[in-house]
Amino acid sequence: METTRQASHVATLLPDELDTPPFSLGQLVWRRFRRHKMAMFGAVVMILLFVYSFGGSLVFPESYANFADTSLRLSLPSAQHPFGTDTIGRDVMARTIYGGQISLFIGMLAVLIECIIGITVGALAGYYGGFVDSILMRITEAMLNIPEIFLLIVMAKFFGGEIPEIDLFGRTFSGSVVVIVLIIGLTSWMYLARIVRAQFLSVKENDFILAARATGTSTREIIFRHILPNSIAPIIVSATLGIANAILAEAYISFLGLGVQPPTATWGNMLDGANNYLESAPWLWFFPGLLILMTVLSINFLGDGLRDALDPHSRAV
Amino acid sequence: MSRYILKRLLQGIPLLFFISLILFLLMMNVGDPVATLGGRRVTRKADYERLRRQLGLDQPVYIQYAFWLVGNDWTKTDLDGDGIAETSGTRRGVLRGDFGVSLLNRKPVLEVIGERLPNTLILMLASEIVIILGALLVGVYSALRQYSAMDNLITTLLFIGYSMPIFFIALMSMYLFAVLFKRWGLPYLPTVGMFDPQAGKTTMQVLWHMVLPVTSISIISFAAYSRYIRSTMLEVMGQDYIRTAKAKGLQRREIVFVHALKNAALPIVTVVGLDLPLLLGGAVVTERIFAWPGMGRLFLDHVDRVDLPVIMGILMLVAMAVVVFQILTDIVYAWLDPRIRYEK
Repeated sequence: METTRQASHVATLLPDELDTPPFSLGQLVWRRFRRHKMAMFGAVVMILLFVYSFGGSLVFPESYANFADTSLRLSLPSAQHPFGTDTIGRDVMARTIYGGQISLFIGMLAVLIECIIGITVGALAGYYGGFVDSILMRITEAMLNIPEIFLLIVMAKFFGGEIPEIDLFGRTFSGSVVVIVLIIGLTSWMYLARIVRAQFLSVKENDFILAARATGTSTREIIFRHILPNSIAPIIVSATLGIANAILAEAYISFLGLGVQPPTATWGNMLDGANNYLESAPWLWFFPGLLILMTVLSINFLGDGLRDALDPHSRAV
Repeated sequence: MSRYILKRLLQGIPLLFFISLILFLLMMNVGDPVATLGGRRVTRKADYERLRRQLGLDQPVYIQYAFWLVGNDWTKTDLDGDGIAETSGTRRGVLRGDFGVSLLNRKPVLEVIGERLPNTLILMLASEIVIILGALLVGVYSALRQYSAMDNLITTLLFIGYSMPIFFIALMSMYLFAVLFKRWGLPYLPTVGMFDPQAGKTTMQVLWHMVLPVTSISIISFAAYSRYIRSTMLEVMGQDYIRTAKAKGLQRREIVFVHALKNAALPIVTVVGLDLPLLLGGAVVTERIFAWPGMGRLFLDHVDRVDLPVIMGILMLVAMAVVVFQILTDIVYAWLDPRIRYEK
């Protein structure tokens, strides 16, 4: 009697008799992520920030954000201008909305460039090894040895100068947006390249890569279809955190007056010169600064949650 | 060990060459030094050409780089523009310790940097001490009370500190401690500069002016250090020798501060060693906000006026410091932790 009950108990655990099918990888990650309270908080704040920056443009037209009412310079936050007005009488709230679009856009695009360079360099170095590896890693190391802020300043000067304005989606952007995206991408790929290289070095030793090679799979296919998908977790985490760093980098470089040029607003360049209004107009720097902090904080929470959720060694369901 | 040090030093040299090459190429397009020279505009084309020749900017990049690296006192250059090299050079090159002269005030680059270096160092070393002491305190506390309400609160606050842009915390602390305190009639802190010109550069004045910058720098760097201490402390507290210490009846305080902390604090040497050279470059943004006359502000001022020798000098000194400190960190770490052996 005892033995049969045990036997039937074991039998119910067989996969084809389970009520629910086993979780897919995506479901597993989502379940773990959902349990990470801070990460969920980060995700919600991030969504709200996107709604604020992109939904806000339905309420205020862009011309309003750039409209200077010189009779209302540096006016205190009021019902009409909830965040006050700036030095030439523009509405600060409308500018944080349009500035947010550019800042978030710069963050994501810069990370795209970072990923393209970082993954290419890391993949080539890790896959081929030898001479290619040592050349690429020397470049990476050299770039890492110069503090990022110095590189950003020098590159901002290098690619700066007269840049024509860009018309996109019926709106005009300062050409410096493209330059900033480029230089942030160019100065931030090194850590990602190292991560990808390390992943490639370990994944390529697996038997399934040997099998792929034995069946005559092309190198490109091995890199992109076999190794890269197996290294994706740390890349996703690093790219997520990269957005926060890119937004911060934009803010720093714009704060120094070398970033995106007006009239295009970003959260960073709204802070340029805020020093002079420390006492007389704190709303000038408080709101853009707070928005940057909220963005960076929620992305860091998100990245932390993703790191735990994507961890293949985690057994939590 | 000495073979290992030698090997690391030999690896560092080509790396620095490589860095200098990348930077030098970048320098070629950061702006036209002649256009902003001394704040005057050079209008006549002949003057412009002559100035470029005198500064050696008419030469191809590789020659400029060679002159920067090894100097030009072994060769003659053409200064009057007649196509015949007649004047012998005076530069001795970086390899012989000559970083050139500033285009702005004709002072040697090392002298220009030397004037500002101590200002950056006192600010940064003070911050580093505050950071390390604070991080040890908070890290140990939250490790010993893992997952308590206080630990969770600290973790959240550290996350905020870690995500905080330096200018935001700087502006907020300036607003609170200088503007609002003044308004409320409380003793308030100074916001900009290193000392009050009327009071003169006394130790008290400098210390008083350091409070806000040091606080701002500490708050943002503090988080990473504390997290690090917390995790090494948690790891150490689970070790067998801690159990042995508990088993033989040692006091908890002794276990924590003598047995555990000594080993938990060891890995922070690595973090500090890698951070210190970055401090040398100064927090560019912090120095700008607080108008602190250090290396970071020097860099910004000279970038604005395209003073190439000074920019190159600062960047190379920082890069050299990074390379040297990486080697030093490895050596010190091996010396502190006898389990580590560098072979080969």
